[in-house]
Amino acid sequence: MLKDITIGQHFPGNSPVHNLDPRLKIVLTVAFVFVLFLSTNFVGLALSALVTLLIYKVSGIPLKMLKKSIKPLLPLILFTVILNLFFIKGPGDPLLSLGFIKIYKEAIMFIIVMVCRILFLICGTSLLTYTTSPIMLTDGLESLMKPLNKIHFPVHEMAMMITIALRFIPTLIEETDKIMNAQKSRGAMLDSGSFADRIKALVPILIPLFISSLRRAEELATAMECRCYHGGEGRTRLKQLKITGTDITNTVVVVVMFAVILSTRMFFPRVI
Amino acid sequence: MSVLKVENLSYTYNPDMPNRVKALDGINLEIEEGTFVGVIGHTGCGKSTLISHFNGLTKPQEGRILLDGKDIWTEWENIRQVRFNVGMVFQYPEYQLFEETCYKDIAFGPKNMGLSEEEIDSRVKMAAKFCGITDEMLAGSPFDLSGGQKRRIAIAGIIAMMPKVLVLDEPCAGLDPEGRELILSQVKNYQQTTGSTVILVSHSMEDIANYADKVLVMEQGRVYNYDLTENIFRDAENLSRMGLGIPDITKVFLKLKEMGVDIGTDVYTIPYAVKSLLKYKQAKEAEKNA
Repeated sequence: MLKDITIGQHFPGNSPVHNLDPRLKIVLTVAFVFVLFLSTNFVGLALSALVTLLIYKVSGIPLKMLKKSIKPLLPLILFTVILNLFFIKGPGDPLLSLGFIKIYKEAIMFIIVMVCRILFLICGTSLLTYTTSPIMLTDGLESLMKPLNKIHFPVHEMAMMITIALRFIPTLIEETDKIMNAQKSRGAMLDSGSFADRIKALVPILIPLFISSLRRAEELATAMECRCYHGGEGRTRLKQLKITGTDITNTVVVVVMFAVILSTRMFFPRVI
Repeated sequence: MSVLKVENLSYTYNPDMPNRVKALDGINLEIEEGTFVGVIGHTGCGKSTLISHFNGLTKPQEGRILLDGKDIWTEWENIRQVRFNVGMVFQYPEYQLFEETCYKDIAFGPKNMGLSEEEIDSRVKMAAKFCGITDEMLAGSPFDLSGGQKRRIAIAGIIAMMPKVLVLDEPCAGLDPEGRELILSQVKNYQQTTGSTVILVSHSMEDIANYADKVLVMEQGRVYNYDLTENIFRDAENLSRMGLGIPDITKVFLKLKEMGVDIGTDVYTIPYAVKSLLKYKQAKEAEKNA
């Protein structure tokens, strides 16, 4: 059950997508989100899907992962569909009317676009964490946010916190799994009984989990102090981020693809 | 009759993924009732995966697990019953403690079994006695105890369920020699008093040599050997080549053999070493006199 969580998972590899400078990758991912929400016609959406698939192909991430990352968000998607289906009204006559429920053509169109956007959004953004190690990711973030230092925003501390949080997601999942197994071995019922019973059944899991998290945090803090960690000032890096020629070429290719998607706005009518 | 039987068990982590690992590869095994079985093997050879199948925490991808001759997965609603019959002590079990008092924590398992108050009370006391836990400790919080004491509480929590088969995954990791000795002798005592089966996973050959009746040697998800302890150590040279640490006393006898004094390499405990050395000496003297 817990193994299904794909957020923050990283698949090491050696593809152009993996090797792209993390800063460029973050910027391109954000750009992709904008492109998705600016593509208001089906051709644009279809092209976005194509681009996503193409990048997946290049990165060598198995498409099976897509299914896994979408699965936990299905309830959210379903919720969007139902909500929009009943509440969006169009100027024309409803396609279907059952008493007070009226379904309009516009609502259906809107839902198709919305669902596509959410799906591609998940796929595109998960690609960022699939192909970038957490350390690279936060290095990139830190570097991108550096200008914020001017207004006394604790950029380095922020980045360190994100690194640590990301780093400990798999550890915590593993730990939870272990504790669950241990309590199951003692006959704890975790997936049956009434709602109140299930909440109660969580106590034997949450208490050990909290205790070990606190212990871990303390140990980590001590270990960092032992290695003379004192914040970001004057700290140098083993791996300096550097934008290479290949990075630029690849970025240009992606930007051109994004531009093509956006240009469809000029040639095709918007559906919503 | 064998209490636990493993038939052709295979298990792969992350199947159909680029990072898949075959952890178990066609394991066949029969564990007789009342034996103390030691399991050794390299890190990553599949020991932990194998034992997590024993009480139904992992469902076999291939093959079957039979408890008392019955496949534990045919009636999967009864998997809880299987977990009460096969008690599992995980690595670092002290991290699973959660109750306010040690007494309550040990009672967690028996309570889940739906036993009466008196029965629970007598079982907690019985388990505490086996694990050398004082009444004072029982009334206190588990979080005030030392690491070794916490671990004994956690083991008592499993023993209180009185499982037919007790599985321990490295119960001595990170303990001092005295602590190891204490826990293992208590487990041995439990096994001998109740006639239950014990499966002990350990990296320490010394511990296995001292306590186990039979030894299962695993290598890369397969059974390398499963035999009586003395037969296993007869093969000490190969074990050593596999990178498994053999008991120090066996090393001495291996070295003696290398130097031309072949007394046998199946010596794995100190008393047995003394006996075989004396025998060798007597034989030599008899030879001289003759």
